Amino acid sequence: MNHLGFERKPVKIGSFDFTCCEGCQLQLANRESSLPDFLALIDVRNFREISSERHDDYDIALIEGSITRSDEIERLKAIRRQAKVLVAFGTCACFGGVNSQKNRLPEKEAEQVVYDGRPVETMPSTRIADIVRVDFSIPGCPVSKDEVERIVVSLVNRSMPNLPKYPVCVECKQRLNTCLFDLGEICLGPITRAGCDAVCPSGKTACLGCRGPAEEINFPAFMELVREHGLSPVDLTEKLGFYNAFEHIHRTDET
Amino acid sequence: MKLDCSIDIHHLTRVEGHGNIRIRVEKGKLMEACWAVVETPRFFEAMLKGMSAERVPFLTSRICGICSTSHALASIRALERAMQVTPPPAAEGVRMLAMHGETLQSHALHLFFLAAPDFADTPSVLPLLESHPDLVKAGLALKELGNEISTVTAGRCTHPVSLVVGGLAKTPGKDRLQRLLEMIGERKAALEMACDFFASLDIPRFERETEFISLHNGATYPFIGGDLVSTDGVHQDENSYLRMTNEYLTDFSTSKFTRCSRESSAAGALARFNNNSEFLHPEAKKTAERLGLRPVCHNPFTNNIAQLVECVHILHDAEALVAKLLATDMKEARVPVHKKAGSATGAVEAPRGILYHHMETDREGRIVKADCIIPTTQNNANIHYDLGALARQALKEGKNDREIEKLATMLVRSYDPCISCSVH
Repeated sequence: MNHLGFERKPVKIGSFDFTCCEGCQLQLANRESSLPDFLALIDVRNFREISSERHDDYDIALIEGSITRSDEIERLKAIRRQAKVLVAFGTCACFGGVNSQKNRLPEKEAEQVVYDGRPVETMPSTRIADIVRVDFSIPGCPVSKDEVERIVVSLVNRSMPNLPKYPVCVECKQRLNTCLFDLGEICLGPITRAGCDAVCPSGKTACLGCRGPAEEINFPAFMELVREHGLSPVDLTEKLGFYNAFEHIHRTDET
Repeated sequence: MKLDCSIDIHHLTRVEGHGNIRIRVEKGKLMEACWAVVETPRFFEAMLKGMSAERVPFLTSRICGICSTSHALASIRALERAMQVTPPPAAEGVRMLAMHGETLQSHALHLFFLAAPDFADTPSVLPLLESHPDLVKAGLALKELGNEISTVTAGRCTHPVSLVVGGLAKTPGKDRLQRLLEMIGERKAALEMACDFFASLDIPRFERETEFISLHNGATYPFIGGDLVSTDGVHQDENSYLRMTNEYLTDFSTSKFTRCSRESSAAGALARFNNNSEFLHPEAKKTAERLGLRPVCHNPFTNNIAQLVECVHILHDAEALVAKLLATDMKEARVPVHKKAGSATGAVEAPRGILYHHMETDREGRIVKADCIIPTTQNNANIHYDLGALARQALKEGKNDREIEKLATMLVRSYDPCISCSVH
């Protein structure tokens, strides 16, 4: 493959799923019109969901899902040993994701509700970075294929990719949406990292913060905004805890 | 006749989620044939307890990355019925279109990316990009159309943003609906090509009589709500879903098993077809006839063909639906939700079969109890018993281990299992 006279080799990629819905991997097969070009940039070495061919000579490992069972820890560590670059792919991998909502319940209670009390091996939903070193994170529930394409192109060209530092609010304003606070709803857009093109507030539903905190957010000002609008603190707690992406900030603010 | 066979597939490929196949034959006797789901449980029903009704569809859609719209709509239907909310007709039209988008996307993904490589004897779709470029292009064109329908109707193709309890948070713009109408027209040729390809395939011959369960409303090919019927003559109302499922636990699978009148039952495109073929669009009926699909068909491998027949139905029905929505005033698409205590079931036909969400709310609209029964859960027992019958038949035909292994993996893929969804 030749680009502006430079020889480029497709990057060897492995895609692996842990505890999740596999919706992030599915995004790789989206944007169908540019899919053949995208596939030309990568050499798929291991991707169980789409291929029966499995090799262990990948350089980049995309990790989808959080860790909720001991056998997943071993599988993840083996992938880390092989991969030159390990990417936490999607909100579950980056923050623990919706799976973490069960962490607030006693394990026995969860088993009682789902398996009639039969013991099932599980552990609290854990993000990838708490088990192995993560080189790069792509948040999103699901990840945005546009962003994934940009990042893969960066990696193929051996340059360091980056994520927007500003909040979703900026993208939302650019799309000229009516602010959800003005419609009487708490939206996490002011504190959440952009990069999704404000897809939820553009559909007139509140941002639930799947991309985690933006850089240098002003959490006290955000809390003031919620109070000013007289909105429900219970609703705020449910939203902040939805993806487990604000645990740290939330707790720091309370203390 | 062949006497011994041992097949042990760990983490079956080209399916959603993690499942294992084990088949063991000793001295001509089938010792074991097992479909074991080893996916990690996520405990969604436990997470739902205490959640406010309006947040529920945003959580349940995360049960599945492929059929997130079905999950959102099953929850929304259960909650609207529990709290006696009647969504406006415009919202119902858009929701049906969103279902069509998801089903088309999901069937195209399964037929072209997951199943087709088996018939072409390649490990994945990637070599087909070289050997069958027009076929892959047709598959991508249909998948893209499905995703575009979802994006226009629900704001995003995976994990919908504007489907809410009470109707729609945002209605689709008429300009985008108009473009959709053109796109549907353009993509009919791609579907025609896909039908030609699948008509040329040699579908494995195998039958094990079973009970097919689906929705049924007596007027249209069913997708959202209705009665629950089976090919064994069972007929129940939506809220009596437990009579169709009878979930039970096994010691080798983290996903539950179900049964109705027999040891197993099946859900999915073939079950919908077997119970509702007379309600298909005339063009879809023609396709079924051309591909030799007639109700009641007991060959699980033909689920692929039933999916293709449904794609034809969906393309034509979506075309009519978009035209109708273009002529509808979309201003009234959401009604206020007065929270109250209640309980009800929401049943929808997800791409892989009938999906039940049962929700019980308290006076503040918070979830007291939730139950989600997934299509693949309802197919687990059928897959399990099919594997045994398939192994016996293949041994009689003198097939070798490699051939039996291939047939077994193709069988499981025919059900298009959504494994992480089934464990949830």
